[in-house]
Amino acid sequence: MAIAQASKKHKHKKRRKKRKKKHRSPVATPPASTPAAPPPPPPPPDPPRYLHVTGWDDSAGDGLVRPVYEWVDSPPTDTPPPRPLPKPQDPPAPKAAQPFGVYSGPFGRVQAKRLLDRAGFGPKPGQALDLSKKGLRAAVYSLTRPSGSANLVGPAPVDEDGLPIAPLDAWGHDHLWWLDRMIRSDQQLVERMALVLHDWFATSNDKVDKAQLMINQSNLFRLSCFGSFRTLLENVTKDPAMLLWLDGVENTRNHPNENYAREVQELFTLGADRGAYTEDDVRELARCFTGWDYDWDDNLGPVNFRYVDSRHDNKNKTVYGQTGNWTWQDGCRLCVENPMHASFFVKKLWSYFIPQAPSADTVSALTSLYTSNSYAIRPVLEAILMHPDFYEGPAMVKPPVVFLASLMRATRTFITDEKWYWLSRDAGQMLFYPPNVSGWDDNRWLDTNTMRGRWLCTTEVLDYHHAEVWDESYDPAEQPEPAVDKALEVWDYPPLRKEQQDEVVRFSNDAFPGGLANWQKIAYRALRQNALRQLIAVGPDMNLA
Amino acid sequence: MAHDHCHCRDYTRSELIRRAAAQAGQGLPAIENGMPLPAGTGLSRRSFLSRSAGLALAVYGATRIPLAAFEAGIAHAATPPKVLVSIFFDGGIDALNVLAPLNDSRYHDLRPTLALPSGLGFSEDPDLFWHPSAASLRTLHGEDKVSVFPAIGYTSPNHSHFTSRHYYEIGEVQVGANTGWLGRYIEEVGSDDNPLQGISLGNELSPMLATPSRPVAAIESVTDYDLWSWADHEDAPVQANMFSSFGNLGNLPSDSPAMTQARRAIGQTEQVREQLGAFSDYTSPVANLYPKNTGLSDQLSGLAAMLGVGLPVQVATMSAVGGYDTHEDEANTLTSNLKRTCDAVFAFQRDLEARGLADRVLIEMWSEFGRRPEENGGGTDHGAAGLAFVVGQHAGGTMIGGFPGLATLDEDDNLLHTSDFRSMYCTLLENWLGVDAGPIIPGADSLPRYPALID
Repeated sequence: MAIAQASKKHKHKKRRKKRKKKHRSPVATPPASTPAAPPPPPPPPDPPRYLHVTGWDDSAGDGLVRPVYEWVDSPPTDTPPPRPLPKPQDPPAPKAAQPFGVYSGPFGRVQAKRLLDRAGFGPKPGQALDLSKKGLRAAVYSLTRPSGSANLVGPAPVDEDGLPIAPLDAWGHDHLWWLDRMIRSDQQLVERMALVLHDWFATSNDKVDKAQLMINQSNLFRLSCFGSFRTLLENVTKDPAMLLWLDGVENTRNHPNENYAREVQELFTLGADRGAYTEDDVRELARCFTGWDYDWDDNLGPVNFRYVDSRHDNKNKTVYGQTGNWTWQDGCRLCVENPMHASFFVKKLWSYFIPQAPSADTVSALTSLYTSNSYAIRPVLEAILMHPDFYEGPAMVKPPVVFLASLMRATRTFITDEKWYWLSRDAGQMLFYPPNVSGWDDNRWLDTNTMRGRWLCTTEVLDYHHAEVWDESYDPAEQPEPAVDKALEVWDYPPLRKEQQDEVVRFSNDAFPGGLANWQKIAYRALRQNALRQLIAVGPDMNLA
Repeated sequence: MAHDHCHCRDYTRSELIRRAAAQAGQGLPAIENGMPLPAGTGLSRRSFLSRSAGLALAVYGATRIPLAAFEAGIAHAATPPKVLVSIFFDGGIDALNVLAPLNDSRYHDLRPTLALPSGLGFSEDPDLFWHPSAASLRTLHGEDKVSVFPAIGYTSPNHSHFTSRHYYEIGEVQVGANTGWLGRYIEEVGSDDNPLQGISLGNELSPMLATPSRPVAAIESVTDYDLWSWADHEDAPVQANMFSSFGNLGNLPSDSPAMTQARRAIGQTEQVREQLGAFSDYTSPVANLYPKNTGLSDQLSGLAAMLGVGLPVQVATMSAVGGYDTHEDEANTLTSNLKRTCDAVFAFQRDLEARGLADRVLIEMWSEFGRRPEENGGGTDHGAAGLAFVVGQHAGGTMIGGFPGLATLDEDDNLLHTSDFRSMYCTLLENWLGVDAGPIIPGADSLPRYPALID
């Protein structure tokens, strides 16, 4: 397995180098045909009439420029003025951690985009604007209270030969399978929470070595992500991938294995060095969790995971000072009922959505919310997604797959190539392969290696959305600012901070010198357009949420 | 691909565990009873892009000095006079079909389907014949640039890939050491701030290079840091201006820790991209000799380029092409993998010669064991004594230890060894690298030396 991976990787590297040389024409993916701005005007009241654009309005302050228009009876004879660039969007100066409460500031496109970037995988074109019209509470509920099962909207993922991906068999296709859900699912927070829980209960297929078990585990996360954490913990404890990963199946009455008992306290429920548990508790809790077993099938690998009473330690155990002949379910219960659990839970969940630590007052309010709702995840999650710190606090770095999926969503790009798995890996995140049991390090997403990966992700998305340089189709007279506007439109008008927008405009002005030959006027403008698309996406604003 | 013909489950499983162990840090997976932990398990791994070296490095070591110090260390380290390159035939290469005793009827009895139909004469022993795939190695042998160990091993051979490889990696015949023999060499002669002194070309650090404390590094590829875009056209200034604008985006003011992180990563990425010219487009003087589409070619030609610009590499490790655990379909697998490996080594030697580096570099090629003389049908199972080669201008060119023959085998019906890998290590250390083997190889005092190995 390991070796197959290495050789495959090599093959892909070769292909990537080859690809660099040739300009590929875009493959058939649906074009980004519905830009967010300007929004379509209402239909004329009494056709036939003509739309006459007389100017542009950027007063909404949401990074969009809307047309000012009137309906006229005869075709307009004047050309509308060029659309100005949207105003830059400097975020408000981040505020210190605020008391527990509900955000009450404006909830426009920019705030809705932050919500979709952090509680999903970024907006599809126009989605942030649409969501903002619901208002904060309804917008959050639309994410936290989805109805029915998820729909995957758009074409199903295929490899470069047009064949369906094979997540159970082909290396990297498990990653593609999930990335596709991130791109296409209409229940974005379910997928995002599954990713949060994949990091929380970080399990790697490096040891499990069976994609089906990993995918099953991710489905467990999807089903359980808003419900009771206690029930989730029980389901994780008996989850086959976890039983293999942290040696639950090796943990028997006669040979207790502490691996799961230690991590379940240190990483999943209580936290290290908080005085929540002792080494004795680790040993005793391991005894509670004894009893799991499985069979090895030469064809299928690990099968028939089950609880076997004769492997369970049926003597008294003392955990957190409570003595009894505890079962494995008792073990889970004892962890969740540990007085240090609730504060661990709310702070850990918070950290996935808001980069600054919550105020003490917020921790205590979230803790009561959690315990008074029988350890339900949804009420805490909703409170976090509506908290003022979410909208008024500092930016956070998008995890690599979120960055990639958000580029693909913004451009309506779908999976038609295997390349996305190694690109994600280069950017620092291979789904189902977290670096270790404590998950990915959210403070270290960006370095020179992973930034290069993000650059290549962008280039590969633009494989389907770049201007053709050599077919002489590009506008030979395009001016620098309209060029920036066109590039922004490709990414659905991401709000840019002033200094970044200014730099991009400066580049557009200076991208090439004057006095070009005719063919250069066309080709260089197309090259500039592609450079602008690249720069906007790899710049800091689109790497942050 | 490498182990496509491997049916031994302990092998893939041990490989898996080894990888997991190297990556996991905390939360190590359980190691099965009796399996030694790979040397270096638990070494911290820190990644950075070295501008002075022009390489993306993963640095391993117990030292906690800041990564920035490595830049200065690499820039200021002296060019070492001698370099040792280790190439590992992963899985146990079949010595008896690389240098085959074609005149021995017992060979044909033991190998009714796998016996080589013909071979190329071996000038030092009229009864042995090179596998045709080793023709390029034979050419170098004809130039006195290859020392052959036809039956290297150790007493009480262990037949587990994992354990026997571990012995070779740590340089002693018992489990438990957590440093490699080359790592201990680096510890003796290396510095605290030059991770290039010991490098693994490939994804991860070879346990051979695990040091007690000094930094060593792994690099995936020497040409791996390219950033390309759809703004690329050789005559147009657009892409170059875009890169400089990208760098500018890294130097703007920040409003949050996340923004600071993004700006810094962007700024450094552009700096590194700009300074990686040395290797992103290096050309080998003998580029057409290297086998195409072979990782080993990229690694060896890249290493030659690194040595060519004077980077302070003392020891480099890598794996031969493909896998050699040929329990089945040996004829095809060995033919293909051996040829590409030998051709890549041949090209590397010519590359060094063309660059004027040949007197500084010696290559050691080894495997964890040989294979069972008696075939199992389409392949061979784990054996005992195996092959090693030492290649280079200063290789003695004389066979070390003769071929033991097939008339007498060991108690498991495996080839007897006529040389000891620890003696080879002692000789390489003393006669090539110029250090006392005593502090590096346990029991060095009582091991024989092979003075003919080096000239």
